[in-house]
Amino acid sequence: MIDSSLKDIAAALRAKTVSAVELATESLARIEAGNPKINAFVTVDHDGALAAARAADASIAAGKAGPLTGIPLAHKDVFCTEGVLTTCGSKMLANFVSPYDAHVVSLLKNAGAVMVGKTNMDEFAMGSSNESSHSGPTRNPWNTAKVPGGSSGGSAAAVAARMVPIATGSDTGGSVRQPASLCGITGIKPTYGTVSRFGMIAYASSLDQGGAFARTAADCAQLLSAMTGHDPRDSTSLERSYDHYGADLARPLTGLRIGLPKEFFAEGMESDVRLAVEAALAEYRKLGATTVEVSLPNARLAIPAYYVIAPAEASSNLSRFDGVRYGHRAAEYTDLNDMYCKSRSQGFGAEVQRRILVGTYVLSHGYYDAYYIKAQKLRRLIAQDFAAALEKCDVIAGPTNPTVAYGIGEKSSDPVQMYLGDIYTVAVNLAGLPGLSHPAGFGKDGLPVGLQLIGNYFTEARLLNTAHQFQQATDWHSRAPVF
Amino acid sequence: MSLSLDEVRHIAKLARLELADGEAEATLAKLNGIFGLIEEMQAVDTDGVEPMSHPQELAQRLRVDVVGETNRRAAYQAVAPQTEAGLYLVPKVIE
Repeated sequence: MIDSSLKDIAAALRAKTVSAVELATESLARIEAGNPKINAFVTVDHDGALAAARAADASIAAGKAGPLTGIPLAHKDVFCTEGVLTTCGSKMLANFVSPYDAHVVSLLKNAGAVMVGKTNMDEFAMGSSNESSHSGPTRNPWNTAKVPGGSSGGSAAAVAARMVPIATGSDTGGSVRQPASLCGITGIKPTYGTVSRFGMIAYASSLDQGGAFARTAADCAQLLSAMTGHDPRDSTSLERSYDHYGADLARPLTGLRIGLPKEFFAEGMESDVRLAVEAALAEYRKLGATTVEVSLPNARLAIPAYYVIAPAEASSNLSRFDGVRYGHRAAEYTDLNDMYCKSRSQGFGAEVQRRILVGTYVLSHGYYDAYYIKAQKLRRLIAQDFAAALEKCDVIAGPTNPTVAYGIGEKSSDPVQMYLGDIYTVAVNLAGLPGLSHPAGFGKDGLPVGLQLIGNYFTEARLLNTAHQFQQATDWHSRAPVF
Repeated sequence: MSLSLDEVRHIAKLARLELADGEAEATLAKLNGIFGLIEEMQAVDTDGVEPMSHPQELAQRLRVDVVGETNRRAAYQAVAPQTEAGLYLVPKVIE
């Protein structure tokens, strides 16, 4: 039953042809069987899941069920979960049992979703391949020698592997969209400020945003709607009301103008990705959409700008990890400063330390204007590029990733090689716009290819409608890996 | 924008990170690779462009100065490495 749509599962729960306990039990069984092969989960909470499932069944019996009541769900281990280990993929938090719930976790708990566990991720959300986790790499269920993408690779792999129908993620430079693409599922990052960051362990505060994974756009709409809303505990959480993101799904695509940035279709995209993307665009034209060329002239500067701003903000955010109030403390040290240095150097992995060093440098005296302020100016230009392009079209489309999933270990020796893969996704975070990736076909070696859709601020419903209509006419999203 | 070993050691000190001697060269090489990437920013003239720190035009929201939280010290300190009498213990700072 976990393989059905959220709508069908909810109907079956209401009709009592299945119970939440049965769903949770099925999910836990699939995790037990599959996790040794793909390492999607860091923590599985059997007891918590069954308790939540029993409560969900009681809710259903009392006629109080909502659309997510009783649905098995996984949370990326970046979200604090009260009483449950929250590692953020790091040795620094390897023993951190959170004393509180993230806002997103509370919302989904109150909605009756049944958390089965916490998923693996790149350490402190810094990575695009899920290889930097202290808990070891997650493997792509389509080919276990390949990366699932990152940093939300565990959540993407768990949904692709049909262990759970829905999972949460976070996206700072592409960390929901890119693993969705590499794992053949749907993932959405909403407009910045839409999903509360309270309790979502901070990487880069002006870029981080919680996001949703599911097999389909319709299910993503359900999950994202439940994650959205003002939270006074997050000072960047917007005070506005939101319509349900699924309200517009049925709208036909006739007249939809899809902008294709010429910079995204130049070199850089592998030929197998290009074939799948072009085929998907042809499908969109069949559905009544038109395509128009647009330009994002400063697109190529998004990567250097991102790799100044994100590390700068990370260096500030990660200064809280000092071995005093929580997290790893070194066993031996000479004085307070030595305790800080040893605790941090032992607790953080190499990529995290590199980004902290880059961030510290670009914020330091004498370099702040040349690097950090310069990057913020480029950020403005990039946002302006999107605004201009979105005057000529309703949504922007292009590849989510330049390649299909690559081999574990293939890019991990050169950080810059890894960073260059983020070329289509980081600009969206810099501008704060919503972005979605949905399955568009398969490339080399039968590996999934995703198409990215980018919209104007607060146009999530339109992005989800666009992807949903594509999914009514195609079946890429229904393919499941065998592993 | 190529850093020297001394400069990297200085940044590590600021960031309260230890650079293991054996790894310092390798770390330096990787960092210089990243700085090379960052240097590409200089290709565009940004004179007169306003820096953008945030996607939304927002001011810091204020609230009424009234206590709303309960004291959860015991729960929050349960995850601390060392505490005593409600205090966090660290190596002596003042002689």
